[in-house]
Amino acid sequence: MIDVQHLTKRYGEISAIEDVTFSVAKGEVLGFLGPNGAGKTTTMRILTGFMPATSGRATVAGYDVFENPMEVKRRIGYLPETPPVYSEMTINEYLLFVAKLKGLRGKSIRPCLEMALQKCSLGDVAGRLIANLSRGYRQRVGLAQAIIHNPDVLILDEPTVGLDPKQIIEIRQLIRSLSGEHTIILSTHILPEATAICQKVVIINRGRIVAVDSQERLSAQLRRSEKITLRVARSSAELAGRLAAVKGVQQVTLEEGIPGGFVVESELGKDVREDLARAVVEGGFGLLEIRPISMSLEDVFLRLTTEENLEGRGRS
Amino acid sequence: MKNLMTIVSKELKVYFISPIAYVVTAVFLIITDFLFYLIAVNFTRISAQVLRSQGFMPQFNLQQMVFRPTYINMSVIMLFIMPMLTMRLFAEEKKSKTAELLMTSPVTLTEIVLGKFLAALAVFSIMLLMTFHMPLILTALTKVDWRPVLASYVGLLLLGGVFLSLGLFASSITENQIVAAVISLGLFLGLWLIGVASQGDVSTNSQAIVSYLSITEHLENFTKGLLDTRDVVYFGSLIILGLFLTHRVVESQRWK
Repeated sequence: MIDVQHLTKRYGEISAIEDVTFSVAKGEVLGFLGPNGAGKTTTMRILTGFMPATSGRATVAGYDVFENPMEVKRRIGYLPETPPVYSEMTINEYLLFVAKLKGLRGKSIRPCLEMALQKCSLGDVAGRLIANLSRGYRQRVGLAQAIIHNPDVLILDEPTVGLDPKQIIEIRQLIRSLSGEHTIILSTHILPEATAICQKVVIINRGRIVAVDSQERLSAQLRRSEKITLRVARSSAELAGRLAAVKGVQQVTLEEGIPGGFVVESELGKDVREDLARAVVEGGFGLLEIRPISMSLEDVFLRLTTEENLEGRGRS
Repeated sequence: MKNLMTIVSKELKVYFISPIAYVVTAVFLIITDFLFYLIAVNFTRISAQVLRSQGFMPQFNLQQMVFRPTYINMSVIMLFIMPMLTMRLFAEEKKSKTAELLMTSPVTLTEIVLGKFLAALAVFSIMLLMTFHMPLILTALTKVDWRPVLASYVGLLLLGGVFLSLGLFASSITENQIVAAVISLGLFLGLWLIGVASQGDVSTNSQAIVSYLSITEHLENFTKGLLDTRDVVYFGSLIILGLFLTHRVVESQRWK
């Protein structure tokens, strides 16, 4: 449904995205993950035809975004980071305008508007001025605006940002209910969100794709090591050396701010706690605590993106 | 065409939902009417004086002494008030990020630019139409020669079109409405002051060119009842220039 090949966007010398390639099948939900400023919005804006790319190709529903923007725009529903609403209009007036803008005509407008209102649970407030709506409702109006012409593709830029937890759950449910029927790309910097909604995840950092995979495989693949936190009564440099010498240990770092605290990383699937404990006790350092750290997707993601950062800095 | 109407009707709706159209029209009418009143009263006083001293009713030219100054005054007030009609058209769209909706919808940029322009022109036409009570009042008192009056209205409409299209351009280059208004005002005053610089003296080539560029010069012809294609072409080309520049500016912003 969506095919992106070697997309690059440069602003003068700085490149916002560099050689981005991915594809989304029909009915799939793709999560676009990355820290702020990674190039998520830029990629989405290129896909929607809002801005052209410097080089590369992007096709939506078989139409090239650069050569056939009108056909693409007809098939895309786009929710930008800030919902593009006119605060001086009521929800009804606004959606009516968007429906016409998206090319709906005559009798088809009313049912589409009703459908959008109902799907986004806006029926009760349809007559209210958008200026008086809360952030959550505005976001829903933004979503209603994106789905009103029943587009094949939905592009949602951080759809849950700035919402309270209850609203986040509602919006996620809504997006999930829209999947299947629509092909969806959504961006987020919140990992559980991707876990909750997406079948496929693209991790992007500093304008480059770091990883593309299904959610499960990605988290398995990214969990490259086990982490153990360790605390001793009498710390010394000698201990760090002993710990590092334990079989299976990959890295030993001092835990900041905690006297006698170490973080030990070891090979995946290997429990080195027993050996570590022995090393500490035999050296007489006074073992206080030893505990495995379960590595959340967040940690993995954070590490992946910061590692990339270091690499990037090394290059430049 | 339908797309164009969608944009026009949305812009009109915003003009009339917000107080902009009402306030601008009200201020415009109050000031023009007040000046018209002063001019008309002055005209009757002079006529009465002549009648008393000379003993006959003078054959003053109503167009020359009442309508012309009134319409010239109107154009000066337009100079200051028209930026208020156009300043938000693109600036607001950018500031509130609704530009993203327009630019990702299946409408062309030409339709967006033209739609906004036509909506503003419609509001201005209503304003202008409401000043039509001035000649109507005078028909009750004296005989009005309608042709120069109508020619003046054509001239004012074209002048309004120029102001709106340049104002639209000013609005497209910034996302700050006040900046947009000030830039439009600067552009309008510039076009106006060129006329002062030439002061009707066209003895040299450069003066002739400067005089041709001046808005005042061209409006004068209309208020004399002259419908000259040169003046229509002048205003028409300025309108097209403004719209073209707006189109290019908005298009180029996509590439940044």
